Amino acid sequence: MMRKLLLTLLLSVSSTALAAETLTVYSGRNEKLVGPLLKKFTEKTGIEVKVRYGETPQLAATLLEEGDKTPADVFFAQDAGALGALGNAGRLQALPKATLDKVDARFRSPTGLWVGTSGRARVVAYNTKKVKPADLPKSILGFTDAKWKGRLGWAPTNASFQAFVTALRLLKGDEAATAWLKGIQANEPRVYKNNAAVVEALGRGEIDAGFVNHYYLYAAKKSNAELPVANYFVAAGDPGALVNVAGVGILQGTKQVDNAHKFAAFLLEPEAQTYFSQETYEYPLVKGVKTAEALPSLAKVGSPDLDLSRLDDLRGTVKLLQDTGVL
Amino acid sequence: MTRRPPGWLLVSGLVVAALAVLPAVYLGVRAAEADADTWALLWRDKTWGLLWRTLGLAVAVTACAALVALPLAWLTTQTDLPGRRGWTVLLCVPLAVPTFVSGYVLLATFGNGGVLEEPLSRWGLPVPSVYGFPGALLALTVSTYPYLFLALRAGLLSQDPAWLEGARSLGMSPARAFWKVTAPLLRPAFVSGALLVGLYVLSDFGAVALLQYDAFSRAIYVQYEGAYDRTYAALLGLALVVVTAAVLVLEVRLRGRAGYHRSAKGAARVSAPVSLGRWRLPALLLCGAVVAVGVVLPVGVLVYWGVRGLVGESASMMAPALGSVLASVLGAVASVLGALPLAFLAVRYPGRLTLAMERVSYVGYALPPIVLALSLVFLGVRALPFLYGTLAMLVLAYVVRFLPQAVGMVRSALLQLNPHLAEAAASLGQSPPAVFRRVTAPLLRPGLLAGAALVFLTAMKELPATLLLAPIGFETLATRVWGATAEGRFAEAALPALVLMAISALGVGLLVSQEGDAPRG
Repeated sequence: MMRKLLLTLLLSVSSTALAAETLTVYSGRNEKLVGPLLKKFTEKTGIEVKVRYGETPQLAATLLEEGDKTPADVFFAQDAGALGALGNAGRLQALPKATLDKVDARFRSPTGLWVGTSGRARVVAYNTKKVKPADLPKSILGFTDAKWKGRLGWAPTNASFQAFVTALRLLKGDEAATAWLKGIQANEPRVYKNNAAVVEALGRGEIDAGFVNHYYLYAAKKSNAELPVANYFVAAGDPGALVNVAGVGILQGTKQVDNAHKFAAFLLEPEAQTYFSQETYEYPLVKGVKTAEALPSLAKVGSPDLDLSRLDDLRGTVKLLQDTGVL
Repeated sequence: MTRRPPGWLLVSGLVVAALAVLPAVYLGVRAAEADADTWALLWRDKTWGLLWRTLGLAVAVTACAALVALPLAWLTTQTDLPGRRGWTVLLCVPLAVPTFVSGYVLLATFGNGGVLEEPLSRWGLPVPSVYGFPGALLALTVSTYPYLFLALRAGLLSQDPAWLEGARSLGMSPARAFWKVTAPLLRPAFVSGALLVGLYVLSDFGAVALLQYDAFSRAIYVQYEGAYDRTYAALLGLALVVVTAAVLVLEVRLRGRAGYHRSAKGAARVSAPVSLGRWRLPALLLCGAVVAVGVVLPVGVLVYWGVRGLVGESASMMAPALGSVLASVLGAVASVLGALPLAFLAVRYPGRLTLAMERVSYVGYALPPIVLALSLVFLGVRALPFLYGTLAMLVLAYVVRFLPQAVGMVRSALLQLNPHLAEAAASLGQSPPAVFRRVTAPLLRPGLLAGAALVFLTAMKELPATLLLAPIGFETLATRVWGATAEGRFAEAALPALVLMAISALGVGLLVSQEGDAPRG
């Protein structure tokens, strides 16, 4: 009995490895989210898909180690920085123009190496019992005020936070970024592992306000509708209003260029875009697809004018974070 | 001391040692790309601060784990404590609790808005802060004391009762006899268990990150997390290898050179259990308290999450459970097999080379698992493309990571085994394999089983290497738990986490029941 089970398991593993027309995807996005979408893709196109799920940065590091020997055809990443890093290392190939053109130029690689599939806005989440929206500053820079001492939370090891600091550096310069980080440090913020932990801590009343991505709130509210937390969007054009993207890139050396193109195109079809919007409260990036009702429109959020490809310049950011003692 | 080991033993030992040293080689290759700026990053005051904080935590956790593990190991092996086997199993389970669960339990209990806040504030008492050092110390002690517990148990079980009985018959009090006879004989088991605890702390990322304690592994992780900067991460990793090497050299000093095996007559015999008398209740309370913190609390939290999530659909646990068990059992067996030549060479043929081979097996263990996983990606795509992406690669990763757990256990068991027994069998015309099968292996059984149990338990919850190296589509309970918690869906994480803990407890139970039948040599 046990032997039979083992045998079938081993056989199933090796047979999937041998099947020819399957597209191999490395996904930094969660299985729960991506799985059902991939099923639809296979139903629609007949192309089988195998997925390795993992954390986006770890998969990016793995792809860099694997180099041209990678079994992956497509990288579906949680943020633009990872795609930028792979692009810089020469690991990605250009996408077809028709696919790229579906998305606003702000949300794709200027050299066409990757395209955004959904948007995630930086917001200030706050505890509604302790803070009134009117008390919140118009700019993210306002949180260096001493009245926020001991009331803030952030997740400085988190990639989305670091991407925001990179944006801050690019928009306002290293000095301003240093000043902001030092100012926040002076307010003794609580440090969390990730965005979800910040939102949880807000719910517990451990902190009053925290710097996170917009959709964590809705995920947390799904399991606890009473959670006393809300999102606050800073003024349009402010570095704190940065909209980063999850996106897709095709790896150099894939033998399945056509199938990979179909996959990228599929993620930008209305069906997939609607799915992201409904399941994760992320911003759809293709025109004509509705944004979730709870959210202000992408135009109103007003992401600052910035080439997201440059968010891969994380080394400078990490050094800055370390020099200011944040990391 | 100048006996030469047989060639086949030396070669198999060298192969295992070469595998074990792989992560360090990988780090060396990546670190070689570093420019002056990157080196400058390493030589900053911050690095030294990290180093001290990490070492301080490692020492403190080891000390606390010893305080917990020693009495528990003694109670469950040497006394008439009621339900010894049951306690043994329960006391091993904390090893199988994924770190994010134990960390969350602490936060949910002691954090702001946690369970303790209201009752404590009613009495006007402050809630003890769980962040930083105290929290990390508590979380890591609870999750690592089983290493020492299992090591000390194996040590106690294979100890010759003749020593203790001799001391008692000469008029020593039980307590004095314990400290004068039993405890010194436990030294190898204690030191190898303590090493596992200490080095685990060096590598741990989960607890220190969640509880906001800035340690070395966290600094390394940050690099992979956001910076895609493999060079600086490699430098930090190499620094950790150097620290590990220092610890390993120190351990050799602590080991001493005494002989630990039984007196000439090798009859297997079980010692009479010590009667606890009126100490029975306090002993039960101690076991109960540790189980309450290490098992009941996390299970409670998981059940609470699970109940909240019961409205959602529940996916089948069969495939991931099978995947976990398959990979972990293979990993445990392979690790013990790999540990045997290293331990034999180090104990039976002591010398610089054999000692070095045994020592390097610890390198992979003290590194953050992501470093180890990437080093195997590095090796796999270049040297073993036919294995890359198969289950064999994952098992290999488990061996490289968990080898020292098996080496430590096998080694301390071997130290307590009188070499004359095997020599006598050989002189009676038995071939070396027959000697091993008929004499050595049965006598080593407690050590082999303890080693396998440790690897099995830790492999069950292993995550980074499993995600990156398992065949695509291969699921384990740990990856299920991760899949759910990564997006903050704790309710869905509860079921796989509970199944994971249940299977782990079952595995330990199976091993403990085997242990009882073993002849004690």
